[in-house]
Formats: sequence, structure tokens, C-alpha cells
Amino acid sequence: MSRHPAVAASAAATRSGPGRLLIAVYALFAVAATARSAVQIATRFNEAPVAYLLSAFAAVVYVVATAGLARGSRASRRIATVSCVVELTGVLVVGAISLAAPELFPDATVWSAFGSGYVFIPLVLPVLGLLWLRHTSPGRLARSHR
Amino acid sequence: MIDVLSTVLIVMSLLAAAWAGVLVVLGRPVLLGKWDGVALVGFLLMLELALVGQAIVGFVALAGTNRDVDRLSFGGYLLGVLVILLLATAWALTERSRWGPSVLVVGCLTVPVMIVRLQQIWEPHV
Repeated sequence: MSRHPAVAASAAATRSGPGRLLIAVYALFAVAATARSAVQIATRFNEAPVAYLLSAFAAVVYVVATAGLARGSRASRRIATVSCVVELTGVLVVGAISLAAPELFPDATVWSAFGSGYVFIPLVLPVLGLLWLRHTSPGRLARSHR
Repeated sequence: MIDVLSTVLIVMSLLAAAWAGVLVVLGRPVLLGKWDGVALVGFLLMLELALVGQAIVGFVALAGTNRDVDRLSFGGYLLGVLVILLLATAWALTERSRWGPSVLVVGCLTVPVMIVRLQQIWEPHV
């Protein structure tokens, strides 16, 4: 089955050029967050259930965003956009709560204190992801090729 | 664990990261058809083999200790670092622009971080 040329071009667009680096960092966070929350939940879930469930949720979001960006089809672009928005909301809300009510988080999550434990990459990543998705959108690519 | 091996691994990965960084600045992709591409990938292969060595030494040390070490995390870092370097290399080789080696910069800088985490898990008091 052959795809429409513009769609095929945009599918390659999200994972080429700067997208390579973006997806690499996303994949790193997906792997790190998944491994970390798996260890936390498996070994000491009762110590900080809310924090560890949030870590697991963040891990899933990173995995979905990585896959969406790497595939780059129309549907996966939409999925990537949604996961970037969820991520940005998560890091802002969890970041604010972790500073305002630290007693709710006996152990840190990726998003605690706006991702300061990870040199604020969790805060920057969804913004870059959304900018990159906009930059490589099929409509924009079609205009620039005309 | 063995401090010499850790130090060698950290120096090697920083060298590889710097090397890839130069390629990013020059705008040169990592190409297996060019001598410099082959040299860099060869160096990364040596690093990967040395990391396999670290994994073997690490698991042997883990089996031989009675101390209370976070075994799951320790094993995870020992194996995870192997996967990350391989994936970064594969992901870098399939991009024919300066953004290919940029992936290697990130991948190679992750290696020393993971080695330091290994040391922290092995000796929590230091």
C-alpha cells in the first residue's frame, strides 16, 4: 500500500534532523523513567504510593511520546501532541504541588520541583516536542516546498 | 567496585562524546563508508566491550557480597548502559546529517552518569 507523498515526507520529518536528537532524549527518559518506577513499585511501593504511581504514569507518557514522534504518521503525530501536552501539564502541576505540599511526596518523581532533579529537562522536553511537531506539520512542510 | 575500570570507562565515554561533539560542530554525519566513521564506531565498540567487562565484574561482585546492596537497580544499571550505547549508535548511524553524532553525544554522556550511579549504589555511604 503506497502512502500519499506528503504524508510519507512528514512521517520521515519528525525523526530526521533535530528530531533525531529529540527522540533520542525522549527515549532515554522513557527507558530511565520506566526502569526507575518499575524498581520503586516492585521494591518499596508502600513508602510513597502516590509518587511511585505518578512516576509510572510519567514513564508511560514518555514511552507513548517517543513512539509517536518516532513513527510520525498522522495519527501518531496527534498521539505525540497529546502526550506532550499531558507531560507539560504534569510537570507544571506536579512541580507546583511538590513545592507547595512536599508532605504529599515522600519520595521524588521525575516531575518534582519542575524536574530539577533532571536538570529541568522534563520541563523543556514537552515544549521542544510541541515546537518540533508544529515545525514538521504536513501543512507547514507543503507551504515551504511550494 | 573496581575503580580503575570505572575511571577508564568514564574517560573513554567522555572522549567518544567529545569526538562526536566535534563531528556535530563540523556538520559531519557518522558514515560507515568513511575512515573517520569506521574509527568512531570501532572506538564505541571497544567501549561497549569494556562495558560488557564491567557487567561481568559487577555481577560477580554482586554474587560475592553479603552486604545490603540494591541488587535490582545495580543489575539494571549494569545492563542498561549496554543497551543505551548500542541504541544510540544505531540511531546515530541511520541519520545522515550532523544530528546523527548529536545522538552519540547524549548517549556517551549518559554512560559516565550511569557509572557514577553504579558506584553510589555499591557504596551508599561514600
